[in-house]
Amino acid sequence: MEVKSLQFKARAAERLADPALQSKLKGAKQLFVGGRARVVAEFDQVGQAGDFETLRGVGADIRDTVLDDLDAWLEIFEARATAGGATVLWARDGREAQKLIVDIAKRHGVKKVIKSKSMLSEEAGLNEGLEAAGVQSVETDLGEYILQLAKEPPSHILAPAIHKNKEEVDELFARYHGRPVTPAGQIDIPALTREARVALREHFLSADMGISGGNFLIAETGSVALVTNEGNGRMVTTLPKVHVAVVGIEKLIPSLEDLSALLRLLPRSATGQTISNYVSLLTGPRAEAAEEGPEHMYFVLMDNGRSSLVGSDFQEMLRCIRCGACMNHCPVYQSIGGHAYGWVYPGPMGSVLTPLYNGLEKAPDLPQAATLCGQCSVVCPVKIPLPELLRKLREKQMEGGLRSWQEKWSLKAWGFFAARPRLYALATGIGARVLKVMGGDEGRIEKLPGLAEWSRGRDFPAPQGKTFRELYAARKDLH
Amino acid sequence: MSARNDILNRLGQRLGADQLAARRARAEAALAAHIGQPQGPRPTPGADLLAEFRRRAESLASTVEVVSTWADAPAALARYLAEKDLPRQGVAWPSLGHLDWAGAGLEIRLGAARGDDRLGITSCYCAIAETGTLMLLGESDTHAVTSLLPETHVALVPASLLLWGMEEGWAKLRAERGTPPRGVNFVSGPSRTGDIEQTLVLGAHGPYRVHLILLQDC
Repeated sequence: MEVKSLQFKARAAERLADPALQSKLKGAKQLFVGGRARVVAEFDQVGQAGDFETLRGVGADIRDTVLDDLDAWLEIFEARATAGGATVLWARDGREAQKLIVDIAKRHGVKKVIKSKSMLSEEAGLNEGLEAAGVQSVETDLGEYILQLAKEPPSHILAPAIHKNKEEVDELFARYHGRPVTPAGQIDIPALTREARVALREHFLSADMGISGGNFLIAETGSVALVTNEGNGRMVTTLPKVHVAVVGIEKLIPSLEDLSALLRLLPRSATGQTISNYVSLLTGPRAEAAEEGPEHMYFVLMDNGRSSLVGSDFQEMLRCIRCGACMNHCPVYQSIGGHAYGWVYPGPMGSVLTPLYNGLEKAPDLPQAATLCGQCSVVCPVKIPLPELLRKLREKQMEGGLRSWQEKWSLKAWGFFAARPRLYALATGIGARVLKVMGGDEGRIEKLPGLAEWSRGRDFPAPQGKTFRELYAARKDLH
Repeated sequence: MSARNDILNRLGQRLGADQLAARRARAEAALAAHIGQPQGPRPTPGADLLAEFRRRAESLASTVEVVSTWADAPAALARYLAEKDLPRQGVAWPSLGHLDWAGAGLEIRLGAARGDDRLGITSCYCAIAETGTLMLLGESDTHAVTSLLPETHVALVPASLLLWGMEEGWAKLRAERGTPPRGVNFVSGPSRTGDIEQTLVLGAHGPYRVHLILLQDC
């Protein structure tokens, strides 16, 4: 997928001015934030006190255990998956993954592919690659199906069509299912869902190949684990004669017990569920005597920038289990939605991953698109220090000369004064008094010189004329 | 260089090319230590597994009826179908062929469900009380499609197959089968989606309803 993060500011501004999107984001926030809080509190109640906190630490340890020795673990996985009858293929980047999958489709004479939701396949632009090779590729997650019809990328990793309302969905279905548009006020969400079910059932029963992502790869058994609510993941991996799981090399975990522990974290953090409706563990192709299941199973293990994070300052980012809690809880995401971020992954995890996978110069605003309030790291089920990583990216931008000269010089000037306490006191003393005068009777400054952009949307509350240090010194004298 | 070797080499260089042997040893040791060892805190089991399973399953929109033995199941199912006004034809796992379906007025085919079957009847490999979940193995007489394609999924769950957590399910699987079959499916209630305006709708692609008949003396 093309990176459009350079236009972040313009795209964010458009979304801020879109009242329909704002109301959808508000609804989603209440649902996800409230849902998570409820199940986490319940978990602590039934377990020992502070359980979920401990579990988050265990989740982080499980992920680190593998990431610290990733090459050795991948060898184990490959050997066991192969022993189970699967074919393990490797892709350095999205283009290679595309080519491998198109080749598999050709080898098996595949005309139609059904896909369950995979953000990695968005990275690789897989649908476009398959269509270009003459293979029909149908997204089967309801949200992804809607977006495929609308020709839009997802705006949330769990609820990809969160930016669409039922009227828009009805219009799309009318156009593509060949029926009239439903009159306003009569659109029924269960009826739309049933309509998609009927349309997609046809595809499920007639496809020759299923492509899934993978929530986890399990070294112990050489399997992929899939977590879904709709059941499309099960269809995609059970009905067609070929199953391809395209998964990032970092998704590996040791054992089935690790899977159970991470499954206590993932649905709670993601959708506020104690467990997702369907959890499937898929290992190799069908047994010879079996009447169902794919005859061929392939793993495509994709790197696409992941290996460069291993052993770096950003390795912790690879712990990510794609729950979406960081974006659900992020005040920036809550205000602008997912499309503004300009690539596959939005929110805090996207602001870290997009520049790391595509180059800092392609996403200069994303590390800045954070208030560093810390909510994301508080809710992250595997304790990724997201604000810390964003700060490290800002440092790299500065070192790489990727910030404006104004910003660099202001920071330099600030550094000069901060290293000279007397001068600092003098300068801030003057500043506080000037700003007080500027604030006038109202005590508010409408236009801040040098920071016009900042004060365009809000007033700057004027200081009251004395600096903190002056007030502190005065109070100390009182005692 | 092949993509495989290239990726592994890149990782090796970042992690220390000369320490691969140490990493392999560490990974093998960690794997051995993790297999069969529950990781992290788990909710504590309730005293009554059946009650716990029922409470959890109902909270995930499954319906539950408790009867005594296998022989009671066909009549219980017939009552459920009548009450919901659902068709009396369906498909069941061949492993359930010993039950007298016809005697309860039901027309049940044994085999794998097809796209147009309205009712699918299964049992389970075991059931997980912690989350109200069925653990199903897709094998030659326990088809995965039967719990997936029909609009109604009914599962007969002997109380002796109730376990506390998923970990106990893995232990049973390792002891009885060694390695997992192609498909191990955990099912927790009817298929659902919230993809249109975050409005919850049951019956996205899989069953609209999941009815559990618990056999408390089996």
